[in-house]
Order: sequence, then structure tokens, then C-alpha cells
Amino acid sequence: MLYQDTVETEVLVHKPSVIVSIFVVVLAAFLMFNLTDTTFGELMRLVIGEPLQSGFYGRFAIAFVIAVMFCLNLVLIGFAALRLQIAIVWLELLLLFLGFVKSFNLNLPFISENLPYLITQGVMTTIYVSTVSLIFASLIAIIAAIAKLSSNGFAYGIASFYTSFFRGLPLLMQIYLIYLGLPQLGIVIDAVPSGILALSVCAGAYMTEIFRAGIQSIDRGQWEASRSMGFGFGLTMRKIILPQAFPVIIPPMGNEFIAMLKNSSLVSVLGVWELTFLARTLGQPTFNHMEMLISASIIYWILSACLEVIQSRLERHFSRSKVR
Amino acid sequence: MNLSNISQDKGTRDRHSPSNAPAGSTPDRSHQRLPAMSDIVIEAANVSKWYGTFRALTDVNLTVRKGERIVICGPSGSGKSTLIRCFNRLEAHQAGEITVNGMRLHSKMRNVTEVRKNVGMVFQHFNLFPHMTVLMNCMAAPMWIKGVPEAQARKTALQFLERVRIPEQANKYPAQLSGGQQQRVAIARSLCMEPSVMLFDEPTSSLDPEMVAEVLETMSSLARDGMTMVCVTHEMGFARAVADRVIFMDAGQVVEEAAPDNFFNNPRHERTKFFLSQILKH
Repeated sequence: MLYQDTVETEVLVHKPSVIVSIFVVVLAAFLMFNLTDTTFGELMRLVIGEPLQSGFYGRFAIAFVIAVMFCLNLVLIGFAALRLQIAIVWLELLLLFLGFVKSFNLNLPFISENLPYLITQGVMTTIYVSTVSLIFASLIAIIAAIAKLSSNGFAYGIASFYTSFFRGLPLLMQIYLIYLGLPQLGIVIDAVPSGILALSVCAGAYMTEIFRAGIQSIDRGQWEASRSMGFGFGLTMRKIILPQAFPVIIPPMGNEFIAMLKNSSLVSVLGVWELTFLARTLGQPTFNHMEMLISASIIYWILSACLEVIQSRLERHFSRSKVR
Repeated sequence: MNLSNISQDKGTRDRHSPSNAPAGSTPDRSHQRLPAMSDIVIEAANVSKWYGTFRALTDVNLTVRKGERIVICGPSGSGKSTLIRCFNRLEAHQAGEITVNGMRLHSKMRNVTEVRKNVGMVFQHFNLFPHMTVLMNCMAAPMWIKGVPEAQARKTALQFLERVRIPEQANKYPAQLSGGQQQRVAIARSLCMEPSVMLFDEPTSSLDPEMVAEVLETMSSLARDGMTMVCVTHEMGFARAVADRVIFMDAGQVVEEAAPDNFFNNPRHERTKFFLSQILKH
């Protein structure tokens, strides 16, 4: 939440000038499309007669009704409490999304036939690849972050080269280099391990910077206090600095975790049977591309949403020491 | 914070030229060397420190014996905090010798933990660990450094929280306490290690007037119980009532060192007189 003022401002959508201008914009926008041949036209048949012959009158009537409904909706939502507002907006946007998906005329039996395999094989592989990579990436990141903060020239050199190199190369390129390049040197790695390797070192490079910033954000007084009691470097790091850096790190780490989940789709170029790969291959033979791609997209979204929930839980958990 | 935080004792060089002989060789302090060595907790001899080209400490001599209460005062930037931060090697000195509990402090020492275990420190900004409860703040060091079993650490912690009169706050987090309470927790946290000397680095400078009183009260009661203390503070009332010796520093040098009565009633140096006139004016 932004830091709110104690003086309440007028609800924006209850200002006549605002609502009128929104109305005009929406009306103008929908006048640009001829919606008489859609479901909307059918619904408006009582008012405009035969939709296809209603001409400009029909077009205007439809746009007008949409604009009125849109503005009425805004005004009504303006009255609701905060949580209800959020819920209604989410619900409406979801319905619009479903309407959009429905307009593809998807073959639903095809989806329900392939969905179980998409989940048991695809989702499981995606989760497996991204979880293992996340663990490795976090380990690499902690070590590299400490190395980057240290006064050891070797450690700093290696860590900064690492972050520079792996943040600078496209992830797809790294995946190809590891899977196709290394065998030329006699190192043959299977598709899944090389995918995990590429994802780990890439995400690790980004996380290094997150950890470094988190560690640096801790007041030096904490170092002094723990040192003055005789804590060594390791103990200070483990018990004092990192636990305090975690709350700072969580939001950017949430980003990184979600990005990792979706970046794992790039491993599909190695023929790993994860979500994206299966979505493409299952739909291909019968030309049901859209069915599978949309299913996979929604699954990715659900998985990311789970990560978002975990992130907000963690943020709440760690904020307990900040209560006043 | 850059690299300096992680690499602790870097770039220090102790000089051991014959000209830097211990303070005991100078006649005016020789009587202080006579008591048994075990009696001396902190011995600083000709200590100098530079920040780059700026000289923060110049040939400081100070001996702290067991049970002594010493107050260091002086204008800001005079090197008082720097000096006591050298006593547990939070800062490095570049010349002279500091010996704490018989252990010489230098950049290559391997037993710095031994020194720090026995030297408690209280900071101006408390520096409590905000992610731990008050109780855990007090239990951490005994458990992790001394290997005290948890039950016993808890008992000791509660005992010292009782001592600073806030046992009821044991399960709260530092952010939930007032400044004065936090500083008393910080004192209890240091006491839990049962140190042989306590260093106070302007412990009341960031507190409200009312809270200053409760912290000074705690410190006075510590002093009554015979704790060896070195306090950097501007609380002259405390200095007068509690200190065995008051040390006045200016520009990195010890200007005057005297018993509180002498110090406040007939200061010898012009600089001391001016300082006292300034702080006692209001």
C-alpha cells in the first residue's frame, strides 16, 4: 500500500466530468467496430430490428448500450468496499478473458482428452526442471553474492565475470551452447541435465545481484553488534545478516522464481517433454494448436499464481518482527 | 558498506619500533604498572590511528583496572568512540599497543573471539537483532559462542532481563519496545556473556530525556555491583556520580584525566574549562 493520507479524496469514478469523458471515449471506441453481426446484435434485436439491416442506427445503439453498461459498472464498483472492488474487477476481467478464449471455438473434448497427459508428464517435468534449477541457482547466488562483496580479488573477479557473462548471454543461446557446444569438447550431457544447468547458471547470475543488494541493505550496526559479541563471519552471515536480508529479497526473488518457471519453456528446444514441448507436439497432428497452447498458458498462469501466493505468505511471515 | 564490512581487519600494520615502548616506561604512569598484571583489564599504550591521512587518535595512553568505572568525554569528533571501538578491535589501531585481558590486539591475531567474548559493548543505536525476540537476542551469543545449553542460556537471559527490569518484555521483538527499553535489552544482551569489562558507546545519545534516566539508572546499578566499565557519554551527572576517573579527549588526544571531583571543580586545561562551561551552561 502507498502511504495513504488521512483526508479522503472524492471517488474518481463518481465525478461527473470523469464519468462523462469515459462514456464518450468508450462510445467512440465501440462505434469504430460494427458489432451488429455478433451475439450483441442478436441480443439487441428487439430494439434495432434485423441486426444485419440496422445500419448506423444499430451500430450506434449497440455502442451506446455498451458505454452505458460500462459506466454504470464503474459507478457501482465505486460504491463497494476495497476488497469487494478487487474481487469484482478480477471476476469481470476473468469473464472477459473466458469470453476471449471461447471466441476461438475450441475443441473442448480434445482438451479434456489430452489434459491429463499434459499435466502428468508436462507439468511434472516443468516443475521438476524449474525446482531443481531454483535450488542450484540459489546456492550459486549466495556464494557468488558473498564473493562479490568480499575483499578477495580472486573471488570478486570470478563472481563478477560470472554474473556479467551469464546475464549478458540470451538464455536460449546458453541452452544451445551447453547442449550442442559441450559435446564437441567431449562432454555429453543429457537434455534434462543440460537444461537444468543452463537455467541454474543463468538465474543464479540474476539472483547474485538480488542477494548482494539484500546483504548490503543491512545496517552495518548489525555487523558491529554481532562481531562485538564474538560471532565469526559464518555465524554472522547465517544467523544475523541473511535472516534480515530475506524479507528484502523476497519480492525480487518471487519475480525470479516466476521468471524461472516460464523460462523453463525454453528447454523445449532440447526436446524435453515439458509443458511447452507437449503443448506443441500434442496439438500438431490434428491441427488443434490453439487448444493445447491455451491450456498450457493457463497452466503456467496457475503455477505462477501459486508462487505469488507463497510469496505474499512469506512476506507476511517475515514482517512479524516489524510490527509495532 | 563496501568490502570493509566483510573483510574485517585489513590493512592494519602494527609498528614495533623501540621508540614505541609501552606506556609503563614513562615516569608519570609507572605507578599504575605496579599492581599485579591480572588486575589490568585494558591497557592502551601510545595508541594512534589514522583514517587515511586524518589522524583520529594520537598517542593515547589509558589503563583500565578491574572494577574501575571510567567516563570518557569530549567534543564530537574527538576520537572517544574510535578509542573504545579499538578496545574490542571493531576498529584497528595503527601504532602503539592495546592489551585486553592480557591479549595483545593486532591485525594477525587468531584469538580475537576470546577478546570479544569478554568485552561487552553497548551502542548508541542499540543494534539489537530485529528478527529475534528480546529473549533470543540475549540467548544467542552464550549459546552460539560459549556453547551454553539452551535451558541454561534462557535462565541466564531471564535473570539479566530481570536485572535491567524488563523480564515481561522477553517474548517481544525489539521494534515493539521503547528506545530506553531497547537499550536496556542491549545491556542485558552484553551482560549475558558475563564479560570482564563493558564498553558503552554513547548509550543515551539517541534517547528521550525520560528514557535517558532509566538507562543511566541501569548503568549505575551495574557500577555499584563492581562491573568494570568504560563509558563514552555526555551525561556529566552520571560521570560525577559513578566514575572513578574522567578522561577528557580533544582532537584525538587525552587532554585531561582526573577524578570526577577534580575534573569538574578545578579542571587544569583551558580546553577542558571551555568544554565544561559549554555543556554546563544550560
